[in-house]
Amino acid sequence: MIEGALWRKWVYFYIPLALFVFVLLFPFYWMGITTFRPDGELYQPWNSPRYQPFWTNNPTWDHIAYLLEETLFSRWMWNTMLIAGVSTIVSLFCGVLAGYALSRLNFPFAGSLGTVIFITYLVPQTLLFIPLAEIIRNFQLGDTPWSLMLTYPTFLIPFCTWLMMGYFKAIPKELEECARIDGASRWQAMVYIIIPIAVPGILSAGIFAFTLSWNEFIYALVFLSSPEQKTVPVGVTSELIRGDVFFWGSLMAGALLGSIPVAFVYSFFVEHYVAGLTGSVKG
Amino acid sequence: MAVTTTAGTGGVRPRPRIRRFEDERWLAYALLAPTAVLLALFIAYPFVKGVLLSLTSSRVGVEGEFVGLKNFIKVFNDGIFREAMWNTFWYTGVTTVFKLALGLWLALLLNRNFKGKAYLRAAILLPFIIPTVLSTFAWKWMFDPTFSVINWALFKVGLIEQRINWLGDPDLAMASIMIVNIWRGVPFFAISLLAGLQTISPELQEAAAIDGARPLQRFWYVTWPLLLPVTMVVVLFSVIQTFADFQLVYVMTGGGPANATHLFATYAYQLGIGTGLLSEGAAVSLAVFPFLFLIVVVQLLYIRRVETR
Repeated sequence: MIEGALWRKWVYFYIPLALFVFVLLFPFYWMGITTFRPDGELYQPWNSPRYQPFWTNNPTWDHIAYLLEETLFSRWMWNTMLIAGVSTIVSLFCGVLAGYALSRLNFPFAGSLGTVIFITYLVPQTLLFIPLAEIIRNFQLGDTPWSLMLTYPTFLIPFCTWLMMGYFKAIPKELEECARIDGASRWQAMVYIIIPIAVPGILSAGIFAFTLSWNEFIYALVFLSSPEQKTVPVGVTSELIRGDVFFWGSLMAGALLGSIPVAFVYSFFVEHYVAGLTGSVKG
Repeated sequence: MAVTTTAGTGGVRPRPRIRRFEDERWLAYALLAPTAVLLALFIAYPFVKGVLLSLTSSRVGVEGEFVGLKNFIKVFNDGIFREAMWNTFWYTGVTTVFKLALGLWLALLLNRNFKGKAYLRAAILLPFIIPTVLSTFAWKWMFDPTFSVINWALFKVGLIEQRINWLGDPDLAMASIMIVNIWRGVPFFAISLLAGLQTISPELQEAAAIDGARPLQRFWYVTWPLLLPVTMVVVLFSVIQTFADFQLVYVMTGGGPANATHLFATYAYQLGIGTGLLSEGAAVSLAVFPFLFLIVVVQLLYIRRVETR
């Protein structure tokens, strides 16, 4: 009886789960192993008897060295971090204020403004990149980090606002009323009472915004042109491929190093992240 | 003005600016102002500009003139555009079905209690977290015609004799980008649906079990209806994202081979930025709008229905 149950557990639970984990994580393992594999091993055709996919006996730092010394990779990392940082802060600032206004204040058009922000959340970057490129050029922001710091908030703010609305709604009205009776102005009640309570929500919105701006590609691809201005995804794409030649070792090294900051931020705040994600799904 | 009002009172009374914020309406508009400015400047204005651009004959560096709907007519009679349109629908449809099915399965697995659950939940989110372009490069490398680890594995298991040129064959290239999209999307579905599953009281399951419902019946008659609202939101959100996908295709195939994997976005990019035909590119990317609009309307109606229920 118990043996039968155990057998079932393997078939219906352990094996499928293991397969899922393997498939979902294998590309990252492949990224890692490629990074440290010397070219001689890397460029073995798949049907060669010397193809040994899962391990290397001669790990090398060459690809990482090439990436750091011969390309502007560290510059791209810095650019990406700066842009993601600034756009996250701008978006949080706007999103917290707008979320507070939409969820806790009574004013005409509150409902329709909320809907408008929700709709902008659903406007993908790929719909607007061509006219935006013209606008960025007219504002003379082309090829500067400002072009991204100002445009990334357009898809981050709606998300932050939406998430913050949910958080603010969950805070009881009485807290604010008590502060008001004690003589705080509306503004003070917001800044000293409500916003501190909403810090977990602000954190998860911030993490989400940070990873989203790290991930953004098409605006960065279209607005930036000189190598020293590029972000990691664009720099890796345009500078590590020459015509048909892919520098696979360094490319994978770049992908690995470029992923680490996001993975780090997220592993640090994973619980907030999951809460934020699910909060946004519940609406 | 401010000086005359505060001078006599010595600043004891709150200043008029602050006092004005006591009025909820003023405070609300002030709080919404930064958002409104940014969204108007970088969403509403470009949208209007995009529509105007699509009605002219502009190219890079050439101020075009008004040509009416000529670009749209030209684009709809363009074979590549039609292919891109079908590709987009096909790509979105197929990947969404797989993402939902696999994501739900994974969510059901993760909903059970086992050791190391928190770590596993964190680990499986990685494909969704890591920048798409970077993880897509890992896949491109795995699909490489000469050095493919996937070919090696299939060969070793005995499934193939010849090499498979994943990204060189039009049908396989489409299948390959779908696989990568599904791989990236499953964690999002799984985690969101898992959150939905956790809000369902286990007592309902127990009650159904006592009434003699088998596991499959319990899922179909108890879990699934309760999970439906979350599922709807996740699916619609994912459909919009997939419909407007760009980076994955750009990295994997660039729309090739022979335009076989173009989506709306990659074709718009090729026309507008690659070839410099700004107004035609704008027309192609605007062609997405009616579909997105429809999806958004459905979603808003659905959410309203759930809220008023």
